[in-house]
Amino acid sequence: MSEKVLIKGNEAIAEAAIAAGCRHFFGYPITPQNELAAHMSRRMPKVDGVFLQAESEVAAINMIYGASAAGVRCMTSSSSPGISLKAEGLSYLAGCDLPAVVVNVQRGGPGLGSIQPSQADYFQATRGGGHGDYHILVLAPNSVQEMYSHTIKAFDLADRYRMTVMILTDGFLGQMMEPVVINNEQLTTNSEKPWAVTQGKGKNIINSLFLKPDALEKSNLDRYAKYQKVEESEPLHEGYLLDDAEIVVASYGASSRIARNAIDEARGRGIKAGLLRPVTLWPFPKKAFAKAAEKARAFVSVEMSMGQMIEDVELAIRCRRPVLLCSRVGGVAPEPAQILASILEADKEKAI
Amino acid sequence: MNTVFQKSPMLADMPLHYCPGCTHGIIHRLVAEALDELSVGDRTVGIAPVGCSVMAYNYFTCDFIQAAHGRAPAVATGVKRARPESVVFTYQGDGDLAAIGTAETVHAAARGENITAIFVNNAIYGMTGGQMAPTTMPGQVTQTSPYGRDPKAAGYPIRVCEMLATLDGTAYCERVSVDCVKNVRAAKKAVKKAFEIQLAGKGFSLVEVLSTCPTNWGLTPVGALEWLREKMMPYYPPGVYKDNA
Ligand SMILES: Cc1ncc(C[n+]2csc(CCOP(=O)(O)OP(=O)(O)O)c2C)c(N)n1
Ligand code: SF4
Repeated sequence: MSEKVLIKGNEAIAEAAIAAGCRHFFGYPITPQNELAAHMSRRMPKVDGVFLQAESEVAAINMIYGASAAGVRCMTSSSSPGISLKAEGLSYLAGCDLPAVVVNVQRGGPGLGSIQPSQADYFQATRGGGHGDYHILVLAPNSVQEMYSHTIKAFDLADRYRMTVMILTDGFLGQMMEPVVINNEQLTTNSEKPWAVTQGKGKNIINSLFLKPDALEKSNLDRYAKYQKVEESEPLHEGYLLDDAEIVVASYGASSRIARNAIDEARGRGIKAGLLRPVTLWPFPKKAFAKAAEKARAFVSVEMSMGQMIEDVELAIRCRRPVLLCSRVGGVAPEPAQILASILEADKEKAI
Repeated sequence: MNTVFQKSPMLADMPLHYCPGCTHGIIHRLVAEALDELSVGDRTVGIAPVGCSVMAYNYFTCDFIQAAHGRAPAVATGVKRARPESVVFTYQGDGDLAAIGTAETVHAAARGENITAIFVNNAIYGMTGGQMAPTTMPGQVTQTSPYGRDPKAAGYPIRVCEMLATLDGTAYCERVSVDCVKNVRAAKKAVKKAFEIQLAGKGFSLVEVLSTCPTNWGLTPVGALEWLREKMMPYYPPGVYKDNA
C-alpha cells in the first residue's frame, strides 16, 4: 500500500529508512539535519526500533560500526562538520567491508561555516572521507521523493556490496516540503549476513588489521574488484533535453533544479542546452558524460562549491571540451540568471 | 591421572604475543574462565581495542570486533543495541579507555549501557613504546615524560573507578590487581561479578585491573610486580567503588 504525504526531505529520509527495515539509528544534533533525528526519535519507539543520541559523531559512527557488525540495517546522519568526525569510522567500516547508510545534509564550510545549504563536501564524499584506499557509494537526490526512494535503494546497495552508501544532500532539500509517495509495507528484507557477529555459527571476527603486507594488499585488491563491479553496474544519471544538447550543464542535487530553469530559458533563446545530472556521484556516470561530449561543444559545471565536481566532469570527458565553472558558495545558491550567463558564455565556444 | 588445571575453552590454542612477565595474559585467562563458568561463550562478543591487546580477537574463541582507538564502548553499544541477548565486553588499555576514548567510556557508563568493560591500567602506552598515559604516576619517567611526569605541566592521573562510580548508570565497578595469587583470585571474582551484573541487565560494569608493563617500565617481571604494589596500589586503591547488585 502506498500513500501520498507532504513532508520535509529530512523526514522523507527517516521514513524511507524505516520502510527499508532500518531499526537502529545513532546520531548527534546538528543543523540542518535535525528534523531527521527528531523524526527518528518519534518513530523508532513505535516500530520497536532503537534511537540513540550519541555523545558525538565519532561515537555515533562507531555505534553504527558495532550494529552493522552485528548484522542489522542501521543509519546515522549529520551535516558537514559532523561528517568530518565520522571520517575515522567510514575508513574502519570500509576496512571491514561493513554495510552502512550515512546521510550528509551539507552546510557551508570550511570550519563551522554556516548552517545554510552547500555542496562543498563533494570531494570529501566522493573520495571516501577518511584514510586509506577505499570508496563509499554516494547518492545525490534532487527532490523529496528521491530522498525517499534513494534512501531505500541505499540500504539495498549497502548490503549488496557490503559498503557505506552516503546520501549527499543539503539544507535546501533537507528542509524543503514536497509531496512524496511513501510505501507502508516493508519494501526490502535484510539479506543474509553469515559474516556478522552473533550469528552463533562458529567464530566470526570483524577486523581491519593485517600484520602481513601481502595479506593487506590482497584485501585491498579484493575490495577494489568489488568497487569495479560497482563502477560497472551502478552509475546513475538523469538527462534533460540532453539528446541534441550542444551545451551540457552538469549539476546535481539542489543546484540541478535551478539549472533546469536556466536551461529552459536558454532553449527559449534558441541555444541547444541540456542537463546531465549525476545521481550517483561515486561512481561518477563517466560513460554518460563521454557520450554527451560527442555532440556537445562545451560543458558548464554548476555547483555550490569552488569547483569540485568540475574535476570529475573534465576527467570523464578527458578534457576534450572546455568546461566552465558556475558556482556560488558559503550557503548561497546560484541564480538562474547566473547559470544562463554561463550557458551564453559557453555558447561562444566554436563548433567542433 | 587427574586434571588439576586446564586451559579455558574460551581461549584459543595459540601462543600469546605479550612480552615475558606482562600481565595481559593473566587477565585474558580470567575473562575466559569467567565467561566459561557462566556458560555464555557462544553468545559473547568481545571488542578489542587499539593497544597491546589489539589482537585479543585471535586469543578468545568467541566472536570479536576490532575497534578504532578508544571507540570500543561505542562499538559495544552498537552490538548490544542490535543484539540485546548477547553478552558484550570491551577489553581496553588506559590510553584507549581513559584518554582518546574518555567520552565513549563516560557516556556508555552514563547511559547504563548493559556491557562490561575490562580496563587494563598499566600506567603507560605499551604498544607505541612507552609514552605517558592518562594514568601515568606523578614523577614516572616515560618516553614523553623523560624528567618524570610533572603534574603542573602534564596534569594528574585519572582514577577511573572513582570517576565512574559517581554516575548513576554505572552498576558495578571494582579495581583489582594481578600482582599476586591472592589478588588474582579476587580479580577473577570481580570479572565474573561484572558479567553477572550484565546478565542480570543491571547496567554498565567495569573492572579496572592494575597491570604491569615490564618492557616499557624498564623493570624485570618481578621488579614490575613490586613497582605495581609499591607505587600504583597506594594511588589506585583496589576495592569495590560501586555495586548495585
Ligand atoms: C587514532 C589513533 N591514534 C593513535 C594510535 C597509535 N596507538 C596505538 S596503541 C596506542 C596506545 C595504547 O596504549 P594503551 O591503551 O594504554 O594500551 P597498552 O598498549 O598499554 O595495552 C596508540 C596511541 C592509533 N592506532 N590510532
Ligand atoms: S609492551 Fe608492555 S603492555 Fe605491551 S605486551 Fe609488552 S609488557 Fe605487555
